[in-house]
Amino acid sequence: MSNLLLLPVIVPLATVLILLLAHGRKWLQQIIGIGGIALQFTVAVWIFVVVNSQGIQVIQLGSWPAPFGITFVADLFSSIMLMVAALIGLMTAIYAMPTISDNRQRFSYYPLVNAMLMGVNGAFLTGDVFNLYVWFEVMIMASFVLLTLGGSRQQMNGAIKYVAMNLVASMLFLAGIGLLYGQAGTLNMADLALKIRASDDAFLLNSSAMLFFVAFSLKAALFPFFFWLPASYPTAPMAITAFFSGLLTKVGVYALIRFFTLFFVQNQSFWHPLLLWAGGITMLVGVLTAASQYDMRRILSFHIISQIGYIIMGLGLFTVAGIAGAIYYMVHNIVAKANTFLVAGMVYKLRGTYDLKAISGLYKNYPLVALLFVIPAMGLAGVPPFSGFVGKLMLVVAGFEAEKWVITGVALLVGLFTLFSMVKIWNEGFWKKHTGNDASDNKKLPVAMLVPVAILALITILLGVAAEPVVELCMRAAHQLIDPSSYIEAVLGKQY
Amino acid sequence: MGLILSILTGVLYAAAIYLLLRRSIVKMILGIIFLGNATNVLVFVSGGLTKASPAFIAEGQQVAAEHIADPLPQALILTAIVISFGIIAFSLALMYRFYKITGTDDLDDVTEEDEV
Amino acid sequence: MTTQILRISSKYLKPAFVVLSLVILYRGHNEPGGGFISGLLAASGYVFYMLAWNVETALKKMWIQPVPLMAIGLLLALASGIIGVAAGEPFMSGQWITVLNITLGTPLLFDVGVYFTVIGVMLTIMSVILEKVDQWD
Repeated sequence: MSNLLLLPVIVPLATVLILLLAHGRKWLQQIIGIGGIALQFTVAVWIFVVVNSQGIQVIQLGSWPAPFGITFVADLFSSIMLMVAALIGLMTAIYAMPTISDNRQRFSYYPLVNAMLMGVNGAFLTGDVFNLYVWFEVMIMASFVLLTLGGSRQQMNGAIKYVAMNLVASMLFLAGIGLLYGQAGTLNMADLALKIRASDDAFLLNSSAMLFFVAFSLKAALFPFFFWLPASYPTAPMAITAFFSGLLTKVGVYALIRFFTLFFVQNQSFWHPLLLWAGGITMLVGVLTAASQYDMRRILSFHIISQIGYIIMGLGLFTVAGIAGAIYYMVHNIVAKANTFLVAGMVYKLRGTYDLKAISGLYKNYPLVALLFVIPAMGLAGVPPFSGFVGKLMLVVAGFEAEKWVITGVALLVGLFTLFSMVKIWNEGFWKKHTGNDASDNKKLPVAMLVPVAILALITILLGVAAEPVVELCMRAAHQLIDPSSYIEAVLGKQY
Repeated sequence: MGLILSILTGVLYAAAIYLLLRRSIVKMILGIIFLGNATNVLVFVSGGLTKASPAFIAEGQQVAAEHIADPLPQALILTAIVISFGIIAFSLALMYRFYKITGTDDLDDVTEEDEV
Repeated sequence: MTTQILRISSKYLKPAFVVLSLVILYRGHNEPGGGFISGLLAASGYVFYMLAWNVETALKKMWIQPVPLMAIGLLLALASGIIGVAAGEPFMSGQWITVLNITLGTPLLFDVGVYFTVIGVMLTIMSVILEKVDQWD
């Protein structure tokens, strides 16, 4: 029992409340909003330290014992995700200070970001399936409003797609919960793990598992369900797009990993090939569509999709190495992907467009921006010594070990295409001779834009250079996921 | 009763999907409302239908009377209704804004060319 | 929707709705009822008033504006959880005191919090839909 686990939810809630009461004053909103997220980050690190040293932490809300009440659980995987989420929230909120319009900062931006982080944190921590649904809804409601604020014609178009797809996904999720409860009689994840492992009534469990799979795939933008993402993400301001790209899809992936390692483990001959196929096609489709684009935001948005494929591949391999690779890749991808979007925002600030054909010549006039772009871009492409290399290496090695040749080949090929897209951005946007007037080309970027990008770039390098402890940590997290007995024991107590 | 509600679920889902496939946003939102209601009925049916009293313990008693209905599906549905209430309110406002900005409620009038 | 009959009746119905909502809020302590439904009732009293007059007039009649009301409600709900922590138990554990033969506990406080939150949320949404959609940002 430790109330510490509730802080990632209570801190943003309290921040939102204070922000609502301090309506309308920009500097107050900035201080409280960013301070609240910084506090969340501290709490997340604290939880991570506790979980790392003392094992899985559990709290039963309202003292109701496990299968009956709502349980909050933090294992290594969720505490890692908590830290990364708070980090991205913090960086994008700092980046937002000079980039988001004043009016929005005065009223809505900071409360919404904190509310969304509350939903994300709750989703990472909860040990109850229905409670996960509630946190998902908290998260997507906040994201709806964040996405539709402002509202140009194209933004409306993307927003309607985003809202409709997410609502359909939520309803499928809820239908899955209904069927699961009807069959298993419980919604506590640890209890479900026990009951489902013991039963062999495949029919209803498979149908609800399929509903969950479709629902989470929609949220994670997996292969047949990805089309809403490139339509909606690029339309928001960059600080918001980067925040979404780091977190929203990853919560769907988190739920997939949690569900398909903890309790939907029956019938592996069906699920694991399905996951591998979905992952493989997602990678290919995402990266190929990205290669045909000439708008920086759209290239990066399609890359989100292809990167999700890698993580799902790790899950589909279902070995300790594969899942460790998936966790590492997820952390790397959240950091690097958000960072490329933030750099794209800088480019927009300098050139006033995202169209690669019109940007050109940034390397000569803004070498610092070029450097800041190269680090996450090469990280995404998987060039050593950056973080993406280690992630791809882990996944590919795991793929060879599991003797899944096709998917591993696809993963390698997609890495090459990713490099192609990144080099394309580099060639067109940075190296090509600038066609416009060079004399006016000496704008200064605000420090609040440079600092978060630089910090995230530093993390990309550190994850790659000092990979050893991180990989080891991911291995331990993957062990906890593959063998859930410690999770079940922590939630239900010794006597189960 | 279970059979009737099952058929109702199917009908609601069919109507919801039909409406969701329309181009008009108003109909799409109606589809989302139908989808929510269909799911609620589904949760209700799959939670098990019992002819029993509500899950309250009478005054002065320590345990409940013999047959009480399972309160959990009801709690789930109540929560889901509250959430979908918020969502519907949001999507209505969104629809209004969409109409204000684009001057149409037909999704196909706002094409991909408008993007970027 | 601005006929004289509706306007006059909304004037008297608003307090009636609020009183009824308080009754149901208290009833929810031991019987069916509770914060959510009573919050909806109270809010619908004000929404009725908004329909008959307009949003501005209805909001002027409120002592606390919807957004702060929402914040206060959430604070109360949060406080009801933190009382359990202060007693050294997990978050949201129920704590009870007896005053004049009535047992009061943190669930009631939570319900009151829900009541205010629902009123705040309802009125925020309704005022946005009825009038201020154009000022979304």
